[in-house]
Amino acid sequence: MKYEILPWLILFLPLFSAAVIALFTLGNRTVSALISIGAIVTGFVLTLAFISGNGFHPAVSETSTAWLSIGSLQAEFGLKLDGLSLMMLLIVTGVGGAIHIYSFGYMHEDRSMARFFCFLSLFTFSMLGIVLASNFVQMFIFWELVGVSSYLLIGFWFEKPSAGDAAKKAFITNRLGDFGFLLGILMVWQLLGSLNFTALADNLHANPAALQVGGTIAGLLIFCGAVGKSAQFPLHVWLADAMEGPTPVSALIHAATMVAAGVYMLCRVFFLLNADALHVISYVGGFTALLAALIAVQQNDIKRILAYSTLSQLGYMVMSVGLAGQTPAMFHLTTHAFFKALLFLGAGSVIHGLHEEQDIWKMGGLKKHMPVTFWTFFFGTLALCGVPIFAGFYSKDAILAQALEQHNYILFGVAVFVAALTTFYMFRLFFVAFLGEARTEKAKHAHESPFVMTGPLMVLSVLAVVGGFIGITTVYNSQFAPDAEKLTVVQQLLEPLKNIVPMLLGIGAVAVGLFCAYTLYGKAATDPLPAKLGALATAMKNRFYFDEIYEATFIRLHDALAALADWIDRWLVEGFAIGFIRGGTDLSGRSLRLLQTGNLQTYAFLFTLGVALVLYLMLGK
Amino acid sequence: MGLPDILFYIFAALTLLCGLLVVANPFSRSPVTSAMFLVLTIISLAGLFVLLNAFFLAAVQVIVYAGAVMVLFVFVIMLLDLKEEERRHIKAFGFVTGVVSVGIILSVFLKSIGSTAKLALPAAANASTAGESDTHALGMLLFTKYTLPFEVISVLLLVAMIGVITLSKKDLK
Amino acid sequence: MQVGLQHYLVISALLFATGLLGVIMRRNLLVMYMSLELMLNAANLALVSFSRYNNNLDGQVLVFFIITVAAAEVAVGLALIVALFRKRQSAHVEDLTSMKL
Repeated sequence: MKYEILPWLILFLPLFSAAVIALFTLGNRTVSALISIGAIVTGFVLTLAFISGNGFHPAVSETSTAWLSIGSLQAEFGLKLDGLSLMMLLIVTGVGGAIHIYSFGYMHEDRSMARFFCFLSLFTFSMLGIVLASNFVQMFIFWELVGVSSYLLIGFWFEKPSAGDAAKKAFITNRLGDFGFLLGILMVWQLLGSLNFTALADNLHANPAALQVGGTIAGLLIFCGAVGKSAQFPLHVWLADAMEGPTPVSALIHAATMVAAGVYMLCRVFFLLNADALHVISYVGGFTALLAALIAVQQNDIKRILAYSTLSQLGYMVMSVGLAGQTPAMFHLTTHAFFKALLFLGAGSVIHGLHEEQDIWKMGGLKKHMPVTFWTFFFGTLALCGVPIFAGFYSKDAILAQALEQHNYILFGVAVFVAALTTFYMFRLFFVAFLGEARTEKAKHAHESPFVMTGPLMVLSVLAVVGGFIGITTVYNSQFAPDAEKLTVVQQLLEPLKNIVPMLLGIGAVAVGLFCAYTLYGKAATDPLPAKLGALATAMKNRFYFDEIYEATFIRLHDALAALADWIDRWLVEGFAIGFIRGGTDLSGRSLRLLQTGNLQTYAFLFTLGVALVLYLMLGK
Repeated sequence: MGLPDILFYIFAALTLLCGLLVVANPFSRSPVTSAMFLVLTIISLAGLFVLLNAFFLAAVQVIVYAGAVMVLFVFVIMLLDLKEEERRHIKAFGFVTGVVSVGIILSVFLKSIGSTAKLALPAAANASTAGESDTHALGMLLFTKYTLPFEVISVLLLVAMIGVITLSKKDLK
Repeated sequence: MQVGLQHYLVISALLFATGLLGVIMRRNLLVMYMSLELMLNAANLALVSFSRYNNNLDGQVLVFFIITVAAAEVAVGLALIVALFRKRQSAHVEDLTSMKL
């Protein structure tokens, strides 16, 4: 294998950058930003170099060094290098690099920009760690590190109480999922006796019955990790609140990379998931997709709409994994990373241009003032909706085809419906925010963002347009379905024609969604939907009251448990057990104190008695 | 009973008597008297050392103890002006505890002494005591086998000296 | 009766007991100190007599060291007493009760 050192460099450069910023350059904003950007861009270049040297499937797919050795637990610190991880490496460093550069413009006014880039580098390091992890222990550690850096970035503006709360909410919700993930890992270790992905796959291949009944449970527990990190129902509540973080963070973490980690992990350990587990996974994914799309229809905050859209698309990916379609899932993950990062960055540009205004009903007519943002956002929207030849069209079509291939007509129907909803809410956002007349003074005086921000937008919009047919599927197929034929660009362009039903239905869904959006919002000054849907719209607006339900049930229950634990601690542990020991110690101390007369003669006397006793025992017998 | 034996009894009696007078003198409670009797005790002990053929130690005993150490004691006594102390009496409690503990430890001692093998004087030592000086042998031993402890002792003396100087400064910090 | 090891040891034990009695009974720090010297000397006597009767000079070397240590100890101890006296105007153990609760 050529350039063996490169993956290590790619992994550790961001950590190095974070350390340098934290230790030395916190006072210097520009230098810090340049260090961080330099680290990730170098990572991207090195990844390209590595792939050009070794291809997507290096001869040695794993390089590792011994790390932990406790009894029969052997954990190594290794890098897994195959099509899946190398492609993810490209996404994380490439899209991440674009976002880093964009952040330089977006955060320029913020006085803690150095801290921001430090966290960003830390996040990049953790994310690369997940992508490259060759075993469960390593993956779990980076999994948690990603959680920590996400926490830091969501709470970046910690002066705002809502940001602090959102950070806590994200972290704690993730912890719930991670707990299940950890249990799953332990269970897999117990059943299969290894934590290394390659070794696990080999073990399972050699002895397919090794997992037995535990297989479903282990698979679902591992899925818990993905539920937390990829914000699937019922742990989806944190992602929308996470929009309290700076917009580049939302683009990087809560759209392109971190939330995709769950899907990536499922694809990585796909061999562990049996049919029952996959079934559950697919329905959870489908339900999340539907639920989030419905909620997105009635949101007014531009970032929240995108957040729920992300949730919905993640649901798509998870559903696709559940339908045994890793290639469509990873394909959609990749294209989604392109256009969702683009959309978020576009939204960030809008927010920046309108001086922190996020309500779409206070925008309007931005086409004139922000042409670059307008066009790139337009491309992103088309890609997300799945308009033909845009990236999202191909990946979404692949998922629909997968659902049909598995003869799962319920999920197929859900997916088509969600596609229509997606088009509807995205064009609602688009019509209201960008077209029509400016609704407020702020919107009238909007200004285009600097090139450092629009540059990444343009790059990403190119990817969002062509991402569907530049060979991404080829790479994933070579990993998941080695016998699939390699397609040329033209063949990829025409790939959806092979499955005419999902393609037509997909395009139909887009058309329906677009039509509804245009009739309702094409000229609307206010939202006409609440009047038409009544209570349903209110429920959608309030996110189906999930936060309130959780508040009333789980959090109440938790509070009650905490109160009980507090009572036990206060009265039983502290009052009884500790009090007893403390009182006893106190009493014996007080009585022993009487021996301390402070009189030298008494001490001498007692000392002599002791000496006499020792002497007697030694000599006198 | 030869001359050495008679001398032994004389010196032993002197040692014990003077030792007792150091501790409890019925006529005077002055520390100076105690110090003077301590000198006598030490000198009679030196006599016993001579009887045991430890001539060099006897000399050291007289020079270091009776000379240097006791001078130090007397100096301090004079320095402190302890007249008032003389009036205080021995308390009953101290007397009882003292007698009890001493009785116990003494009984342990005597019991173990009683069970010690009765060693005769080594024949060689008996014959050649007059001829060979034990000082030479002691010096040889001190600078061969016990070189390290000897050097350590010198460090100890240095440390003690520095400590004393520090302690004796007018204002302790 | 031929004077033997036992005689010396008895003298040593009695001298030691005398010193101990002084340490416990007397309240004057200086006299207590002198009593301590008595005890050290009793140990010396025992060591020298053992050395003599075992025909082994090691005991005498030890006595040599003890005398040296005793000299150092007396110097430091007396310095302490002087320092104490300066502070408290007393060399009497009953007055030194600051360690008592």
